[in-house]
Amino acid sequence: MAGAKAAADVAAALNGVLVRYPGRPALGPIGLTIVPGEIVAVVGASGAGKSTLLRLLAGLEPPSEGLVCRTEGRTGFVFQAPTLMPWADALANVALPLELAGTARPEARVRAAEALAAVGLGDRLTARPRQLSGGMAMRVALARALVTRPDLLLLDEPFAALDSITRRRLIEDLHRLWAARSPRPAIVFVTHDVEEAVYLADRAVVLDAGTGQVVATQVSPGSLPRPDGWRAVAGYRAAVEALAAELARAMPPLTTESGE
Amino acid sequence: MTRLLPPLLLTALLLIAWEVACRALQVPPWFLPPPTAVAVALFERAPLLAGSAAATFWMALQALAFATLIGGGLALAVSLSRPFEQAVRPLAVALQVTPVVAIAPLVMIWAGLDHADRAVVALAAAVAFFPLFSGILTGLKSADPDLERLFDLYGASPVQRLIRLRLPAALPFVLEGLRVAAGLAVIGAVVAEFVSGSGATQGLAWRLLEAGNRLRTADMLAALACLMIMGLLLNAAVAMLERAVRSRLS
Repeated sequence: MAGAKAAADVAAALNGVLVRYPGRPALGPIGLTIVPGEIVAVVGASGAGKSTLLRLLAGLEPPSEGLVCRTEGRTGFVFQAPTLMPWADALANVALPLELAGTARPEARVRAAEALAAVGLGDRLTARPRQLSGGMAMRVALARALVTRPDLLLLDEPFAALDSITRRRLIEDLHRLWAARSPRPAIVFVTHDVEEAVYLADRAVVLDAGTGQVVATQVSPGSLPRPDGWRAVAGYRAAVEALAAELARAMPPLTTESGE
Repeated sequence: MTRLLPPLLLTALLLIAWEVACRALQVPPWFLPPPTAVAVALFERAPLLAGSAAATFWMALQALAFATLIGGGLALAVSLSRPFEQAVRPLAVALQVTPVVAIAPLVMIWAGLDHADRAVVALAAAVAFFPLFSGILTGLKSADPDLERLFDLYGASPVQRLIRLRLPAALPFVLEGLRVAAGLAVIGAVVAEFVSGSGATQGLAWRLLEAGNRLRTADMLAALACLMIMGLLLNAAVAMLERAVRSRLS
């Protein structure tokens, strides 16, 4: 079993992890350590194994080889799509993780309502997913991931389908919610957007398109959460350009991958 | 109402054309009676036909209930185990591709000649079984794979997964299967009645046979009209149920 207990200063770690899928070259060996309370952005080409990395960290997929360590704490997950149950309202969707864990329904609903209020949806408790905009649905998904007060929060390109204004707002919200918790949860955030990666994370790791290995790590300037107007500081642009260059180096040749 | 107008208009037009053609060409009524004669037969035999329609309807409904229970139960069991599904599916398909007429005599023997109605229900249920089984099984496996992963992540038990994820996800498929199966149950009931060939069931198919043997064509057409109306009503009822549930679900 790959759920070995991690040391106190590690939120999650992959150690020499190999993943084999039939009919494809194996991914790895992947080595990555997430410390408690940090935000790590994961960038890489499509197919570089970004989603696989998250599923490994979540324990949703066993590695073919190697070791996956996680803290004893809870894990939250946000997928690329909101992935809400269409037949249930926002409150029931957010209460789900608590109720599955055996929390009594009234208490689960109260905590779900708090979580929804924290993402600014305190007035949409009874809304069905189809009555919500894309940004709101993503906020519900975020509330659902946060309702268990996870120590490790995994986000798989959660805001990729949203417009840039909504996206920026959600990143601010994510920072705010992260900073409000004590101790702060560790966050692993998969994205294909280098600006997003630099802005939201303490550091960004670049996955190689062919092997899924971590080929570069870049520490973002400044500290989190970002002050207003932080995107205007000189260090931000430079870091974005540097990360973009790293990502370009890790990309596959243009003949197999076009225009991302 | 505007949605009903075009089909009603077309039906009326066809009936008028039929009436006019019968009169103009002087078609003998034993060959093809005009719609007015059918209407008269329908009116005169109304009590008898209503009783027969009720008998057929009741048998079809029982068959539908059995098929739902058995098809749904089996789909549920099969959805929990992949080898079980692989074992059961070919047998279900085999049942589906076997013509109901062909197995009817056998079922008649098993049910006993005194219980033709049981045989009819069993045969109609056999016909209605497949769309329900197949539809519910597909539905149970139709949940968003990422939602399934979420249930994995939060350590959901098989029962929690079934009740909170798979059954709600399957419901639209259950209703779709029910709609197809309702039509098939009526067809199955009528075919089985035909094959049973006895008056014991007193259903609409028997009325058809009886009238046919006596060359009472108008009576045959009246029974046929009853069957058609029954099918349409059943279809409309299930469609209504489907709409009601859908609007609550999404």
